[in-house]
Amino acid sequence: MMKLTKTTTALATLALLGLAGPALAEIRIGATLSATGPASFLGDPEAKTLEMLVEEVNAAGGINGEQVELVLYDDGGDPNKARTFATRLVEDDEVSAIIGGTTTGTTMSIIAVAEDAEIPFISLAGAVDIIDPVKPYTFKTPHTDRMACQKIFEDMQKRGFSKIGMISGTDGFGASMQAQCKSVAGEYAIEIVADETYDPKDADMTAQLTKIKGAEGIQAVLNPGFGQGPSIVTRNYKQLAIGLPLYQSHGVASDGFIDLAGADAAEGVRLPGTALLIAGILPDSDPQKPVVTAYKTAFETRTGTPVGTFGGYAHDAFLILKDAITRAGSTEPAAIRDAIEATSGLVGTTGTYTMSPENHLGLDLSAFRMLEIKGGTWSMAE
Amino acid sequence: MKLTPKQATLLVLAALIALTPFFFPSGYYYRVGALIFVNGLAVTGIVILTGYAGQVSLGHAGFAGIGAYACALAPVHLGLHPALAAVLGAILSGCMAWLVGRPILRLKGYYLAVATLGFGILVSMVLNNERWLTRGPDGIDVPDLGLRGLLKGWGLDLSNGEFWYFFSGLCLLVGAWLALNLYDSPTGRALRALHGSEIAARVVGVDVARAKLQAFVISAVYASFSGSLLALQNKFVTPDVAGFMHSIEMVTMAVLGGVGSVLGAIFGAGILTLLPQALTVFAEYEQLLLGLVMMLVMIFLREGLLPSILRKIRGTGE
Repeated sequence: MMKLTKTTTALATLALLGLAGPALAEIRIGATLSATGPASFLGDPEAKTLEMLVEEVNAAGGINGEQVELVLYDDGGDPNKARTFATRLVEDDEVSAIIGGTTTGTTMSIIAVAEDAEIPFISLAGAVDIIDPVKPYTFKTPHTDRMACQKIFEDMQKRGFSKIGMISGTDGFGASMQAQCKSVAGEYAIEIVADETYDPKDADMTAQLTKIKGAEGIQAVLNPGFGQGPSIVTRNYKQLAIGLPLYQSHGVASDGFIDLAGADAAEGVRLPGTALLIAGILPDSDPQKPVVTAYKTAFETRTGTPVGTFGGYAHDAFLILKDAITRAGSTEPAAIRDAIEATSGLVGTTGTYTMSPENHLGLDLSAFRMLEIKGGTWSMAE
Repeated sequence: MKLTPKQATLLVLAALIALTPFFFPSGYYYRVGALIFVNGLAVTGIVILTGYAGQVSLGHAGFAGIGAYACALAPVHLGLHPALAAVLGAILSGCMAWLVGRPILRLKGYYLAVATLGFGILVSMVLNNERWLTRGPDGIDVPDLGLRGLLKGWGLDLSNGEFWYFFSGLCLLVGAWLALNLYDSPTGRALRALHGSEIAARVVGVDVARAKLQAFVISAVYASFSGSLLALQNKFVTPDVAGFMHSIEMVTMAVLGGVGSVLGAIFGAGILTLLPQALTVFAEYEQLLLGLVMMLVMIFLREGLLPSILRKIRGTGE
């Protein structure tokens, strides 16, 4: 009994420590990311990127001569927790801006809090609903899934494909992209002749792929999804010797995908990715070259893990915020918001951002590069 | 006048809800408080099912999911007021519990746990996959309850956090009052009797299957209202609310705090809601510490935290 009373006391002390007020800093930026849980492969590099960039900025003298403090919480991918942390960032930590929302679900929970408190919020999630319709304080850095579909269909059209099959994950990412692709396919004169789905936890997609293989006149296959599903699809695709061009989404644009699927099975797979993956082979004239090279080098030296598109989203969010605070010359949330909206020609790892009151994403299709896996590495598809 | 245990419990709860805000350094604590009350409501249902009747459910988040999505969908598709939608969700949850529980609860042993596990997963799958209705894993908006605006019209201007703190607190108080009344009623006595020994209960004339079913349906209604409150407060809901982890969380809260007493279970809900907030400094070790706390409680305080602590204070140790 006595032991337990001690444990309880110790825990109560811990609780008090944890709930005590935050230390003072000049500029306080909040973040709630899914560094653990099912979306950790997105959230973890994002968290590491933010920590790294804040250290870099502080070492270089801060923003406008003021030090930056990052208040980072891990919501584990749970939208309810994300909302609680967003409330905490706004009410308790009194941050000037929020970066975060690794997934669309967590982002949607944070939006309500940020908009209510009038704190600028930059999301790292994909869905188009986040910025359409435009909400005054909400911005985002990743391409929308709709843009990924457009980029892929553009490439298919160039190669003369008009009948394709789709196999999509039923998770948020896959399902949302599946819907977006179906709605824009008509604009590119593409007909979806087979439409299959799989559960993200499935270990084999042979059945769905066999059905797709048998579809009349099929010329290519597209697999919207992220996590391990697309790797399994890619492996099964090779095993079944389907032989048609396979397109993946930007959701698997990282070296981890090639490792999981195997270089042999992934050979020839195309997907829309960012300049970050091909930093080494970008021509020197490319405006994104210095940005992506600097980020890639710094991240890989620090963490020892290969850089991926998702960390890049966080990089760009911080870059936009840093640029906005510099221009605003103030840490007032409203001033920062106005400055973010006035972002123009800012080169990030994902693309070049030019925001406006009607566009809180600021990217266009040119930021996407059609990549092809050749010999176990990324190359530009031409 | 001497207070009965029931009055004392309600008084303590009401005092805690009313007085804690005086110590809140910022508005964020209202949010945490409101979450504790929402979880507390679901956990009170678990007390009725597990603490009174001795049955285990691993799928109560499924009912929370039904309650939450009722608030998101019924106002849009049926034109119902969100408050009525919550009632509709509760009725639906009760009916589902009756359908699932009726055949299962005639059996003894762990069949209910397994059946509810399946039920919870089914609800979660439907919410994830029926995109045309639920908009899938990305979640769906929930309309405003409108009560805060109404209060404002009457001259009571509360911030969003304050409103949900007091409103959830009130709901919890009502929920606890009903649960405590049940405890002393003939039904409650029947439940406790079958918890002690099913055979003995049957011998003295308790309709065991019926009593278990009642407890299951009532606890499902509690979970449903808890889900509705959460959805209305967040004004947004994703299928996570019906996830397996949420079911486990409910049971853990109840067992940690003391599944035999309403106040104990609410205390457990408080601890497990606060701990992750307090442990953000040790984010990487959060799960580890939570696991450790639970192991220690299970080893040393088998009745749950609050009953054991109270016993210690009263000096009536084992």
